[in-house]
Amino acid sequence: MSYKITEEGNISTVFLNGEIDMDVTEKAKEVILPLVEAGKEVHLNLKDVSYMDSSGISVLIESHQKALETNTKVVVKEVSKSVLKVIMMAKLEQILNLE
Amino acid sequence: MNLTETKDFIVHTKSLKEVRVFSREVFDKLKLDNELKDELVLAIAEAAQNIVKHAYKGVEDTKDHMQIKISLNDNQLEIGFFDKGKPVVAENIQHRKLDDIKPGGLGTYFIKQIMDDAVFKKDEQQWVNHLVLTKKI
Repeated sequence: MSYKITEEGNISTVFLNGEIDMDVTEKAKEVILPLVEAGKEVHLNLKDVSYMDSSGISVLIESHQKALETNTKVVVKEVSKSVLKVIMMAKLEQILNLE
Repeated sequence: MNLTETKDFIVHTKSLKEVRVFSREVFDKLKLDNELKDELVLAIAEAAQNIVKHAYKGVEDTKDHMQIKISLNDNQLEIGFFDKGKPVVAENIQHRKLDDIKPGGLGTYFIKQIMDDAVFKKDEQQWVNHLVLTKKI
């Protein structure tokens, strides 16, 4: 997994790239959670994420819940078809902010 | 087409990508459609992850291997997982309730959604755990 972050005002957009599994979840959390904790609105762009398993889903849930705690939000954007299927299997499409 | 392919992997999170690559290669040989292939790869990856996460919980940098065996016979797909970690008590395996939104506890749920059956067998002397996933395809 690789990533790129862009900043615009209070919005940080994290472009994740590659496959998100248990091997990279800590790295993903290290990238995303400090931004949320800093009160940023975080946009996770998943257009280049080709695979995500339950560990990756956990990162999305944890980020979403941390955002609720800090009165900001995490928006999940441009989800690839294969990742959307996993999100839907977990019945999270109504819980996460998908765009 | 009938086929059996087996491969060993070091029990480590770094092996999970290799597990997916192996699985995809086998399913390519079976000419499965992409949607089914993605689902099966996810189920296999989740089961392999459970070995690393649970059977080897607290064990770092083991040299142990886990083995994955994918077989197709008369449209019955059988995927075997063998490991020498802590014995799994099948009755204790439960996924979290979906409406209890929190990180974790979804891997087993995904496996059950994708596969027809998931059973731990006690038929292998040389291994501790033997999980068998099956699906009619």
